[in-house]
Amino acid sequence: MTRGFRIAFKAAIILIAIIAAVLIASMILWLIGAKVGATFYTICIAPLTNMLHISEVMIRAIPLCIIAIGISVAYRSGIINIGAEGQMAMGILAFTGVALAFPDVPRPLLLPLALLASVIGGGVWGYIPGILRAKLNVSELLSTVMLNYIAAQFYSLCLRTIYLDPAEKVYGTGTPQSMRLTENVWLGRITGRLHYGVLIALVLAVLIYILMWKTTTGFRMRASGSGARAARYAGISVGFYAALSMAISGAFAGLAGGIELAGVHRRAIEGITNNYGFSGVVVALFGGLHPFGIIPASFFFGLMIYGATLAPSKVGVPANIVQVMQGIIIIVIVTAQMVLSNTYFQDRVWRKYQSLRKKEA
Amino acid sequence: MDNKIRSLRMEHITKRFPGVLASDDISISVGEGEVLALVGENGAGKTTLMNILMGLYQSDEGRILINDKEVRFRGPEDAFKAGLGMVHQTYMLVHNMTVLENIALGYKSAWKHTSIDMGEVRDRINEISSRYGLLVNPDAYIWQLSVGEQQRVELVKTLCLGARFLILDEPTSALTPQETDELIVLLKNMKNELPIIFISHKLQEVKALSNKVTILRHGKVVFSGNTDDYSSQEIAAKMTGHEIVLPRNKAENKSGETALEIDSITVMSDMKTKALDGFSLSIKAGEIVGLAGVSGNGQRELAEAINGLRHTASGRIVLHGKEIQNLSPHDVIASGMGYIPEERNTEGIVPSFSIMENLVLKDISTEKFSDKGIVKKKEEEANAERLVEGFDIRCPGIMTAAGSLSGGNIQKVILARELDRKPKFLVAVYPTRGLDMGAVEFIHQRLLEIRESGIGILLISEELEEIMNLSDRIAVIYKGTVQKVLRQDEATKERLGILMAGVKE
Repeated sequence: MTRGFRIAFKAAIILIAIIAAVLIASMILWLIGAKVGATFYTICIAPLTNMLHISEVMIRAIPLCIIAIGISVAYRSGIINIGAEGQMAMGILAFTGVALAFPDVPRPLLLPLALLASVIGGGVWGYIPGILRAKLNVSELLSTVMLNYIAAQFYSLCLRTIYLDPAEKVYGTGTPQSMRLTENVWLGRITGRLHYGVLIALVLAVLIYILMWKTTTGFRMRASGSGARAARYAGISVGFYAALSMAISGAFAGLAGGIELAGVHRRAIEGITNNYGFSGVVVALFGGLHPFGIIPASFFFGLMIYGATLAPSKVGVPANIVQVMQGIIIIVIVTAQMVLSNTYFQDRVWRKYQSLRKKEA
Repeated sequence: MDNKIRSLRMEHITKRFPGVLASDDISISVGEGEVLALVGENGAGKTTLMNILMGLYQSDEGRILINDKEVRFRGPEDAFKAGLGMVHQTYMLVHNMTVLENIALGYKSAWKHTSIDMGEVRDRINEISSRYGLLVNPDAYIWQLSVGEQQRVELVKTLCLGARFLILDEPTSALTPQETDELIVLLKNMKNELPIIFISHKLQEVKALSNKVTILRHGKVVFSGNTDDYSSQEIAAKMTGHEIVLPRNKAENKSGETALEIDSITVMSDMKTKALDGFSLSIKAGEIVGLAGVSGNGQRELAEAINGLRHTASGRIVLHGKEIQNLSPHDVIASGMGYIPEERNTEGIVPSFSIMENLVLKDISTEKFSDKGIVKKKEEEANAERLVEGFDIRCPGIMTAAGSLSGGNIQKVILARELDRKPKFLVAVYPTRGLDMGAVEFIHQRLLEIRESGIGILLISEELEEIMNLSDRIAVIYKGTVQKVLRQDEATKERLGILMAGVKE
């Protein structure tokens, strides 16, 4: 098989996938009577046309990226963490707690302290299902989902009670939110709303790459994930690494929450988690469970999430429809990835191609 | 009804996989009352050929003829309809269903609109059972049956579904010696009713059962002929391309101090019954002790207890003066224990890891392969290159996923890892199960070599020949206790067989 053929094969599959995704999505848009071309432009191209839009895409990509990297660590260690949503919420609560408790501590100390609190908050929330699985063999699917519910309600409770903005009590509007956090926990901004969290995300990606592929700890975690039985027979404490990977995974989700608060919202309100915890699972898989695949994947998802917010005002397409289109695009792309990794299929096409050429000759 | 299959021929079959020519212009034929043995080393293309016959793969070239008429199978369904039935190496049975229910699953003619006529299925099973002498209890659950019984169920199932031609893929690889003998007798009776192709690399069986033999090597037919005209040695030589003589333990026993002392240990099975009940055995340095026994008599639990993978309820296990019972697997390994586990694909290697990574699975944290937690890539690579060369591991490269290798090469990866660690003691469980003669020869040689270097070995096996060839002493295990320990010169196949069956001398 020639190199040229391999590249052509991949390009052809990708092209077919894109055409298929566009066709199906267009059909839906056409059915609801929307302008097909304008909608595509608004969702896919417009967000990339100026720096303001790009920075908005990136601030959505930051939490996705950090969460997905954490999820990939757990996934590679044999645990599927679908509790990032709850872990992120706990990270936000911990961050807010520190910020509210010590408003006067100077920024060089308070910001790292608050971020550390969010790491611990998410980490503990991730460690619980990890240790339950390691010691008692409780399915992490069950425990993480249940802990999501608990975290969501606890979050809601805190915003309405101990964290509630005193001003809300005075005015009596009753919006469940904390007061604006002290400037000492704010993350600086680069341009527009884009904050330095983007650098943190990139550094974390490199660190996780080193952890998973260059250290003995990462070797053991991957061994536990790819072949738990063989790992145990080789003296690796599979349970320990399961719990550790979940703690790391949770810590990343918690940190994503802390950064989101410090960089974007700067006060705890409802809806900050914005389903990032669940989208993170898709981003992690989409990025091939590798930090350097997750970076572009999270940008792509950030683009789609932001595109969905633009569509209603610009072309009158409801955000729900945009989400439907996104679902289709994701399914098509994942399918294309599967086809691309199927060497048997590639080989069959190669032989067909050769026999065609023979006939021509 | 006269729809017997009188002849089946495959002509000039060629099949390519990415980078491999799996079948290269292969022709075989089987006629009425015949048994064709399809012989070859692992990876020679036997299974691929049968998968083509069953319609699981499409051949790139060539044709299949039944009763001299050309047939085309687009899938296994077509092959079933034509009367071909295959019993796979791994049985396709639902464990929490009864024999009757398992057979009813595929028995479409008993399916009424919303129910299945179980009476009809039962009648059919009884008919087949009595016709071929295949005794099964239709109401037994699959999980209650031994491997040999499960295989009989597979046979009954295949025949019930209308097979008029049988294909058996390594039918004896998981059977005990007694079950193997029973199966051969059974198949001999059946061949008068229907032609059989059976895949094997055990030459005694080929000799005992088949009329014709076809030998494959690297996807090509290298030999075809009547079984009776050739000796086992001649067939073995044709199979591997060179003469094979399995090495024997002839060196005199210069064993030294006690290496491993197992002192009346009691270990529970997964079913919470006593798998080992006051089991005692001692093995000296530089000695191979073979543990013979029908599988399921506590061998697995013994190996796991020694290696810290299973709790020892009472008793002591002493390795060179150090008590190791109930230590963690990590600590047992650190004490100098080497282990070739029973399931090489799931217990011996991490399949998706590269050969290189599997070779350092136990030692990644040693100073040699890491520094303050960072892996030394160069050392890892050099180690892999050296071991691949030294143990003749045939692979495209050290980064190849270990799980994609053939059984023999996987076992060599495990052997290389375990022996290169310079263990003080080695537990080898079924080290050559399912391997071809070439690989068996290699592994036996290596085991004898490390015995010479003064390491004690506990060899757990069902192959009496293997045990008798290699062991200085032979212990027979029966229902979790040692039945008797014999010296090499006292042991005969017959005597071991009687002891394995539980008869006290």
